[in-house]
Amino acid sequence: MTEHSYLIALLPLLSFLIIVFFLRWKEMLSAVFSIMIILASWVMSIIVLIETLARHGEPYEAYYKFIDLGSFVPEIGILIDPLAAVMLLVVTTVGASVEIYSVGYMHGDPRFSRFFAYLSLFLFSMLGLVLANNFFMIFIFWELVGLTSYLLIGFWFEKVSAADACKKAFITTRIGDLGFLVGLFLIAVYAGTFNYGGVFDQISAGVIPAGIVTLIAIFVFCGAVGKSAQFPLHVWLPDAMEGPTPVSALIHAATMVAAGVYLVARAMTVFVGSAEASLVVAIIGLITSFMAASIALVQNDIKRVLAYSTVSQLGYMMMALGLYGYDSAMGLHSPGFYAGTFHLMTHAFFKGLLFLAAGSIIHAIRTNNIQEMGGLFSKLKLTAPAFIIASLSIAGIFPLSGFWSKDEIVATASHHPVFLVFTLLIAFMTAFYMFRLCFLTFFGEPRDKEKYEHAHESPKSMTYPLVFLAFLAIFAGWVGLPWLQNGFASFVYHGEPYHPHANWWLMIISTIMAVSGIGLAYLMYYKKSISADRVAEKFKPLYTLLYNKYYFDELYDAVLIRPVMAFGRLMWRFDAVVIDGLVNGTAWATVFWADMKQWFDKWIVDGAVNGSGWIVRQSGNIGRFLQTGRVQSYTFFALLLVVLVSLFKLEVGPQEREVGWPVLTILLAVGIIFLAILSRTIGRQPAGQETKQEEHV
Amino acid sequence: MEDTILTLITFFPTIGVLLLLMVPKERHDSIKAVALIISFVTMLLSFMLWSMFDPMANGMQLEVNLPWIVSFGIHYHMGIDGISLVLIVMTTILSVLSILSSWRSITKGVKGFFISMLLLETGMLGVFCALDLFMFYVFWEVMLVPMYFLIGVWGGPRRIYAAIKFVLFTMFGSLLMLVAILYILFQYQAFSGEYSFDMIKLLSMPIPYREQLWLFGAFALAFAIKVPLWPFHTWLPDAHVEAPTAGSVILAGVLLKMGTYGFLRICLPMFPDATMTYLPYICVLSLIAIIYGALVAMVQKDVKSLVAFSSVSHMGFVMLGIFALNFQGLQGAVLQMINHGISTGALFLLVGMIYERRHTRMISEFGGLAKVMPFFAAVFMIITLSSIGLPLTNGFVGEFLILLGVFKANSLYGIIATSGVILSACYMLWMYQRVIFGKVTKPENEKLNDLSWREKLIMVPLVLLVFGIGIYPQPLLERIEPAVKQVLQHVSRAQTVRLDERYQIQKVVHQSENPTRAMSGLTQGDEACLR
Repeated sequence: MTEHSYLIALLPLLSFLIIVFFLRWKEMLSAVFSIMIILASWVMSIIVLIETLARHGEPYEAYYKFIDLGSFVPEIGILIDPLAAVMLLVVTTVGASVEIYSVGYMHGDPRFSRFFAYLSLFLFSMLGLVLANNFFMIFIFWELVGLTSYLLIGFWFEKVSAADACKKAFITTRIGDLGFLVGLFLIAVYAGTFNYGGVFDQISAGVIPAGIVTLIAIFVFCGAVGKSAQFPLHVWLPDAMEGPTPVSALIHAATMVAAGVYLVARAMTVFVGSAEASLVVAIIGLITSFMAASIALVQNDIKRVLAYSTVSQLGYMMMALGLYGYDSAMGLHSPGFYAGTFHLMTHAFFKGLLFLAAGSIIHAIRTNNIQEMGGLFSKLKLTAPAFIIASLSIAGIFPLSGFWSKDEIVATASHHPVFLVFTLLIAFMTAFYMFRLCFLTFFGEPRDKEKYEHAHESPKSMTYPLVFLAFLAIFAGWVGLPWLQNGFASFVYHGEPYHPHANWWLMIISTIMAVSGIGLAYLMYYKKSISADRVAEKFKPLYTLLYNKYYFDELYDAVLIRPVMAFGRLMWRFDAVVIDGLVNGTAWATVFWADMKQWFDKWIVDGAVNGSGWIVRQSGNIGRFLQTGRVQSYTFFALLLVVLVSLFKLEVGPQEREVGWPVLTILLAVGIIFLAILSRTIGRQPAGQETKQEEHV
Repeated sequence: MEDTILTLITFFPTIGVLLLLMVPKERHDSIKAVALIISFVTMLLSFMLWSMFDPMANGMQLEVNLPWIVSFGIHYHMGIDGISLVLIVMTTILSVLSILSSWRSITKGVKGFFISMLLLETGMLGVFCALDLFMFYVFWEVMLVPMYFLIGVWGGPRRIYAAIKFVLFTMFGSLLMLVAILYILFQYQAFSGEYSFDMIKLLSMPIPYREQLWLFGAFALAFAIKVPLWPFHTWLPDAHVEAPTAGSVILAGVLLKMGTYGFLRICLPMFPDATMTYLPYICVLSLIAIIYGALVAMVQKDVKSLVAFSSVSHMGFVMLGIFALNFQGLQGAVLQMINHGISTGALFLLVGMIYERRHTRMISEFGGLAKVMPFFAAVFMIITLSSIGLPLTNGFVGEFLILLGVFKANSLYGIIATSGVILSACYMLWMYQRVIFGKVTKPENEKLNDLSWREKLIMVPLVLLVFGIGIYPQPLLERIEPAVKQVLQHVSRAQTVRLDERYQIQKVVHQSENPTRAMSGLTQGDEACLR
């Protein structure tokens, strides 16, 4: 079976294609078909796991070269090692539960078939991601799960909040993905291959410089930060709760968001190669875990509390893996790898269960707000116990799954005092907020009577998966019992298998933390002996800060989104004003220049030409007066001359001039009239002669 | 057939033009039918060309070389390599689709429109086939005239401004190119004693460094305007917004590729030293284009101008890939030229389809289209994903190869360019959300029809190409490969500038050599010369 394990991923793809092309209009048939397919994948995953166990965890790898790009040959292949085998089972188990659950949950939705198509596409991508044997292939499936997550969050795209959330999820995770992409390029340039084994061998052999290994580790971790909603890219996951609840359970709790943890576990050799990068992973994990747990304390939307809880738990796993990398780089033994992957598995079951149960609650009471719930225990006979079991499991109560895996994380942190303190604190907060949910939802008086009256238990297709997952939430952790020789730790490991030994003190301390968390929630929300409102009032600033999720959305909006948009607008103005200004200015200048030239041509050049002609002509006309050959005009000019000379003479003496003026005026008037008549008579005649003369020339 | 196929493909649309001239102008259906059949047959011919092309062979194939104007050494010289092959096939496909898309939207001057489209096709195919600089220039200018009319006659309200801006920008560049061509002609005459415009022969002529700088500059300006490289891009949004859908498709799909094709065919091989000198500047301009185009696209209110600005960003990627000057970068760039043609062409077609229904392209006028036009929404989603380079779509392969190449050349450029990928996701998905998701807010949108069979017929081939290239790009890549190596080999002749460690062209040329596809020509002597 192992050699055909690619079918585990390909079958859901087949289901997607068949639904899209043939079963779109047959709702029930597409649901049944996709469930059959995922069950087949589930069975195959079990067989693969058994075979891997039989091989004692010996990895199986098969690949072929898909494309030959000269110096860069991406392969397509599968790698089945214990980590992948376990992950396959986790994904198909939760996948199958969620698909069955969705038959009831999505009943009556106009896009029922499409929902199953998308779920199948998601399962194909997620299983492909798990099966991949190289970084290039994991990246491709990595992006595809991002796409299907986008499609499913935005499944009810008529809701503006859903449309916003899917875009936000896609873009935020893509920021991380591009860090991953840069990591890929670094791997391509320095290792020359994408194959896990090939890259790890080179890192272990020290072929790749240490600084580059750190860079590769950090960039690959960027991808994990985006997908696993780690600080500072965690903002998308709570919003992603706008999607249908089965989607939240499958993608945003159990599988896709765990892909980041899976990636870090996969690339563990890279992290072991760099203590700095591992420390970064551990610190980011711790910050995320603490921050998200603190936000979860005060939220009122049941799904958002669970979302922050998911972020917090993922941070837990990251921290464990980071500490493992750090310890190993320092040459120490650490249970971190085993703890992180183990918690990844148990978390998938109990968090999937929590979401499905929450979906059942929402289905029953038609609200997400826990303040409008209360007293639902009697109404939801199956959902409520399932939810409480999952809560006990996540809180880490003996002997449920969560206890065993969380205990290993605490054990990992036990060598690092700061980490240990925070880890225990987070365990306390986790227990508190989970039981705050339980008490507010299931116990006490119903706070919204009308909604309470209409509440009813969900159909069987929804409750059976709950029972099944509740079973896993209790027992799945038992594969990691410290007393079992062939437990989880000796199967899934990195480097040398780790031999866990029960650390009674840590178990007791972490149990005390969990129990006191539950106890506090009991006092505050069941007994009401401590008023939650008074506490909120007392720590008003802190409460407001937590309630508003540390203002991350507002911060990003103010620091990133608005400035980028403003810059975009500025650039656009720059286009219109400066560049187009230059272009239009050049055009305008050209036109202006042309106008100027036209004006110059018309008035200066042509003016000069015509003007010189005119001047010649006029001077010719004047000259003609002087020699017309007529005695009268000669006489006139002589007279005129005499007059002018006498005027000139007259000017000498003031008295004489007074006498001379009237005479002069009359003389001038007569002269002008005469001249006018004269020029009229000669003006015509010689004009003809003139042209003739010109012709002769 | 071997030596006539290129001529046939190039001038087949011209035969259509002659046929159309004989059809009375009021017989719209006959005109459309003739145009469609002619362009369809041209497409089939290009498929034949694809099958005749030998992917393993190096150098030019299916050459035809006849003397034309002998006294000036002008030859009728055509031939293709892998780069031109894929571009020719893309051109013929897009031509058919854009003619089909104009079925209803063009109502006035139908005859003139389809004549322009076919003439344009001849011009474009000619540029890709030409191996003679004179012919190259003639076809280059032939493209300009029909495009001018397409924008200026069948365009939107500001069509005259846009058409004139387009022509002036392009003319400005091509005139400088003409000067450079003539200069090369005379240099070659001085070098070998005969006139020649032959691109292959001209490659053998050593050009002094200083002259290379000038010549590269002249050609590069012409090509950069066409690409368009920042800051020569402002004609593009105007031209796109005003052009009719078919015009936008051809403009974005093919005409922009003329610029990058010119860089690959002329600038890089002929002026290797100048290439090395200009390289950092062009890379920086490309990076600016990537970020700038994306940011400006983000704030657009008109879908079409958003797509137009996204072109600026995407073509920046192509330019960056070319100037990474290594195998992956160049291969990715050529592939991305095709991908951009497909996805941006498809986006313009989609925008045209909603424009035909609503006579507006404002994003705010839409919303909730997924409800009323589910098929449209699905196709739009696929094309959007292709445009933002999601794996398994064509956009990813090209972008990945380009970024890989750029990263090898200069990691800083690589990181900056990578951030452009995020921005492209931002503006495309935001636009998609506002147009497709949400409730139907405008009553006008409630009764919109989903795509008709004709429109589906247009989009389905593009969707198939998106996935086909995205999943199995090998047929394209293996045909591009020898041509790309040839370009790199020419660039590696650069002597005046010492080969920088980062641009290990030489190394790549050698690395990528494998027994089955041995590089021709790079002998021991050349290697010595490289050192």
